Amino acid sequence: MVYEEDNSEAVEMKHIISILLENEAGALSRVAGLFSARAYNIESLTVAPTDDPSLSRMTLVTTGTDEIVEQVCKQLNKLVDVVKLVNLTDDVHVERELILIKVKAENEQRDEVKRIVDIFHGHVIDMTNSTYTIEVTGDSEKIDALLKALEGITMLEVVRSGQLGMGRGDKGIV
Amino acid sequence: MELTGAEVIIECLKAEGVDYVFGYPGGAVLHIYDAFYKQDDVQHILVRHEQGATHAADGYARATGKAGVVLVTSGPGATNAVTGIATAYMDSIPMIVITGQVPKHLIGNDAFQEVDSVGITRPIVKHNFLINDVNDIAETFKKAFYVATTGRPGPVVIDIPKDITAEKVAFEYPAEIDMRSYNPTVKGHNGQIKRAVDMIVKAERPMIYSGGGVILGNGSEQLRTFTRSLGYPITQTLMGLGAFPASDPLSLGMLGMHGTYEANMGMHHCDVLIAIGARFDDRVTGALEKFCPEAKIIHIDVDPASISKNVKVDIPIVGEVAPVLDAINAQIGQKGGKAAAEQTNKAALEKWWAQINEWRAQDCLKYDRESEIIKPQFVIEELHKVTNGDAFITSDVGQHQMFAAQYYGFDKPRRWINSGGLGTMGFGLPAAMGVQLAHPDETVACITGESSIQMCIQELSTCKQYGMPLKIINLNNGYMGMVRQWQEFFYEKRYAMSYFDALPDFVALAESFGHVGIKVEKSSDVRPALEEAFKQKDRLVFLDFITDREENVYPMIPAGAGLNEMILV
Repeated sequence: MVYEEDNSEAVEMKHIISILLENEAGALSRVAGLFSARAYNIESLTVAPTDDPSLSRMTLVTTGTDEIVEQVCKQLNKLVDVVKLVNLTDDVHVERELILIKVKAENEQRDEVKRIVDIFHGHVIDMTNSTYTIEVTGDSEKIDALLKALEGITMLEVVRSGQLGMGRGDKGIV
Repeated sequence: MELTGAEVIIECLKAEGVDYVFGYPGGAVLHIYDAFYKQDDVQHILVRHEQGATHAADGYARATGKAGVVLVTSGPGATNAVTGIATAYMDSIPMIVITGQVPKHLIGNDAFQEVDSVGITRPIVKHNFLINDVNDIAETFKKAFYVATTGRPGPVVIDIPKDITAEKVAFEYPAEIDMRSYNPTVKGHNGQIKRAVDMIVKAERPMIYSGGGVILGNGSEQLRTFTRSLGYPITQTLMGLGAFPASDPLSLGMLGMHGTYEANMGMHHCDVLIAIGARFDDRVTGALEKFCPEAKIIHIDVDPASISKNVKVDIPIVGEVAPVLDAINAQIGQKGGKAAAEQTNKAALEKWWAQINEWRAQDCLKYDRESEIIKPQFVIEELHKVTNGDAFITSDVGQHQMFAAQYYGFDKPRRWINSGGLGTMGFGLPAAMGVQLAHPDETVACITGESSIQMCIQELSTCKQYGMPLKIINLNNGYMGMVRQWQEFFYEKRYAMSYFDALPDFVALAESFGHVGIKVEKSSDVRPALEEAFKQKDRLVFLDFITDREENVYPMIPAGAGLNEMILV
């Protein structure tokens, strides 16, 4: 991408943000509504209750300049339902995403698809005479690479979980 | 003893020290209204439209610092309140809005008078609640008042299904509340304060830029001490007027789009900008890339999200204005045992003030004071004299609002009450009702225009019912003045839809509501009419001033320009 000015601060980057929030009706729409109201991007968003049923944990992937993402984090922190927020991108962390793909798999393609699934350490979790449903987990680069590897194959259905993230090391978000 | 949910609501309001609730009944809140009927502790003020209720509660809150309280029914009651909630949200005003909801089993059913009030208000509240259980009412109210009035204040909506207000429960109001997800910062970071103090005393061309946060945070005294001990120039935003006295020679008046020449030039050329409880709004900054090009910026604000949102700052201090300024004042006071003024760069300051006084000599607020046709600015200046500059002034939105801000000269906080952020026409009259109830013995005037006043004119009826002796200063030029001004400047005088072909006879209109109406058409009649009106202590007087039709608000910074690129007269 070409920018009119050489302004390194204006570069847009992907950020993965972890949020602990009250597990209450409407909490998710507060977060989602904030993004649409302030014209921020959401690339993916996953949310589910944690081991403490009164808390949900959300992983949110967004892109923006450092200034925008700083604003995103501040505005999220301002939501009364948000208990804790960590921008995982600031430190070493792990990311995982799950993808399910239903592909056409007939004749010699059945072996070809199975080989690709093995290479990506995935599983075939459902099959018919003409299709496989495959499951692969990994970081988003691996998932993107898988989709590229399957380019010659007819994909009938694709669903991705969105990314989950967690900081490396012995500390947790509480 | 068990109470109904409706009675619990009344008890919660009593526990919070609420004296007035502004509202309008309807099906979903009838149990609550029945509970109101049976008690005398909390007085209900019946408005004529729910928008009026929210603005009145808002005016009450701005004049007192306490949360204003609104009660409306479900559906249209709630949607009519939306404009007033958004108005309060944009100006960070503490407010509790209780909206009735259809019974729980009907929610989601497209029931009669059902809307998703929590969903509709979500982007315009600090927080909102839908109560699902009669046992949760007391705790929810405690949380709502706590959230609305602490940190950066704001409106909180409580949506209550009708069936819950009839169910019975033992009442106990929580003494304390602890929310793990909500802990506003009060005190500033000491290290940041030290760095700020160093920068402040070394400034050669300092400028203090203070906003509505000083008023909301009751930091007016601290701001006065701070500014006067240093002898630095100060400019205030539309929302901040009165926190520092306009009559003090250190005050350069308002800044921004219709700010003074000296304030805006001072901003543009300063080397240290001290922003206090202000949020770098687009009407203040003008073009961001041209904003304060030479300045290091210190920003004190209770809301971390306000810091570096529009303008990157060098020393952020998150905290409430009053304790942070107390800490700064104390540190300056203790430095080497010298008085604050002794530590500043005297020679540089002398030069800076000479420059400021040169800008001041432009006299950017001059206008034709001899005009026989009534100039709107003249009415405001005369109003100031007649009220000794000590009235509570509310306004609507447009030219009259800017004239009031420029020419009234507020010396005390909470005296200037207007919709700055949202710019809501129709705000002034109902807001004045809330102010008058909060301060029954004070003089309250609403400065308005013939367009704005018509947006909530029905509240004249409320004023009659409760004997509110407001003074309405209607600057009547026949145009939506600010729209017309922009059309004159930027659309080659094509005055599209900014002119009313039919206006009511405001004198007869006021009289039909049981008030006094006075029409004023000559400059020489302005003063006597005002004196006559303010003599009538127990009557609402509607003064209809027929003003210069095409007067403009000057100075003006056109959109996209910098603060140093003003249009003077």
